[in-house]
Amino acid sequence: MKSKHYDIVVIGGGPAGLSSAIAAKENGAEVLLIEREKRLGGILKQCIHDGFGVTRFNERLTGPEYATRDIKQFKELKIEAMLSSFVLDIKKEDNFILTITNTNGISKVSANKLILAMGCRERTAKQVFIHGTRPSGIFTAGLAQQLVNIEGLMPAKKAVILGSGDIGLIMARRLTLEGAEVVGVYEIKSTPSGLKRNIVQCLDDFNIPLHLQTTVTRVFGEKRLTAVEVMKVDEKMNLISGTEEVIPCDTLIVSVGLIPENELSEKLGIAMCNATKGPIVDNNLETFVNGVYSVGNALSVNDLVDYVSENGVIAGSAAASSLKSGKERTFVSVNANKDIAYIIPQKLNLNSDLSNVTFYLRSKGNFTNKKIVFKKGSKILLSKFMKWINETEAIKIVLELKDLNEDLEVSIE
Amino acid sequence: MKNELICIICPNSCVITRNASGNLSGHLCKRGLDFALQEFNDPKRSITSTVRTKFTDIPVVSVRTDKEISKDLIFALMEELKKVIVKERLGIGDIVIKNVLDTDVNIIITTNLLKE
Repeated sequence: MKSKHYDIVVIGGGPAGLSSAIAAKENGAEVLLIEREKRLGGILKQCIHDGFGVTRFNERLTGPEYATRDIKQFKELKIEAMLSSFVLDIKKEDNFILTITNTNGISKVSANKLILAMGCRERTAKQVFIHGTRPSGIFTAGLAQQLVNIEGLMPAKKAVILGSGDIGLIMARRLTLEGAEVVGVYEIKSTPSGLKRNIVQCLDDFNIPLHLQTTVTRVFGEKRLTAVEVMKVDEKMNLISGTEEVIPCDTLIVSVGLIPENELSEKLGIAMCNATKGPIVDNNLETFVNGVYSVGNALSVNDLVDYVSENGVIAGSAAASSLKSGKERTFVSVNANKDIAYIIPQKLNLNSDLSNVTFYLRSKGNFTNKKIVFKKGSKILLSKFMKWINETEAIKIVLELKDLNEDLEVSIE
Repeated sequence: MKNELICIICPNSCVITRNASGNLSGHLCKRGLDFALQEFNDPKRSITSTVRTKFTDIPVVSVRTDKEISKDLIFALMEELKKVIVKERLGIGDIVIKNVLDTDVNIIITTNLLKE
């Protein structure tokens, strides 16, 4: 079987993949984008609420509006896309050989470079140890969102929401607007996971109660969910016996976190980061398998789609320019102290063609009136005062690569 | 009447209160004061939702208000949206309800799904 060859193949047609493909094409590469769904746009298609693009476009767009801007540019650049197609396998020989399945059967393409933009997936009820029967009526927040916003179906009459992440809060409002009763949102932690704005506009506006330090422990019902049991937890998140309460409902919406999708990355033997659950990357967002890049929520789960798109621009342009320059990679390390949950990139390639380095870091815990400090030996490269450092909001820092020729130490002081 | 709110302009999350004579306190900045004045007197929201179409492959399309609308009108607005069936291949920015509930707010489509 003769396979068609591309400079760069992008896997995933959401915001990360679209902006990667656009940047690569604009920098002169022949690009193919592979998407498993029949339409481009990824998860943005179903995120019909607004608030997207505030930093990139200085506008509050809905998800579909944001995606449409990238799709328009993608089409104007006449970038090749393979839709309804799934990558089964990737092998590294002289080039990368991808095995793809779609309605035409199985085919192969080859590429010099790969950009992995597979996004993330939701944790499910089975991953948070809820006991009981297996009735229908238990949905992840994203699935409920797809049913309501894309299929036009209502999955709930009386719903309980587990987890106070933004998608859960947004679905609490969405279901309420469509006529369901949302009995309450239950969060195991002592602080909400979602943005304050969403607590006010999604819960308080509709008098939906938020129960902190409380979680769902059991589900009831044979065919359809009839009730859930909730329990309070102590500071160490241990269940407090005697606090069991049974809440009648027909639907449980689970919004308990997202995990980068990296089955393909693992097949390639890419080194992964325990903190991000995505690949370890350098400042070009290139992984430690040469020629493979990781972007968007496959790299780390982002708060803002604007950052996801930015990832794509970095990887797409770096991949395209390295086709021409082909420089060897030389590394220094980026070391973060204990107050930092993670920093991306974890390594710096001093031979990058990009003159700036964009860092994304997330704190472990919340801080007030502290500084983010970047040091090279004893020399302070950057000291940025921040009134608020919240673990729910990633911080972006841009530095010039020419200043970063030794190992870096990053801390919150 | 509600006399206390949490400001959502920045992470300070000030609790702003209104006393019997209508004076506001608790805000740390002017932006918070402006937010609270609007929020106490006539709270407004952007609303996003979906409306039905006559096309079987795309049963619903997403829509939004083109300006903010009074919070009190949210559920009346949802009833208006239920009456809409999109019969043409409309796209982003096309109006499906003009001047909804006499508010001077239009309901516009936010997707090009019907045009693809």
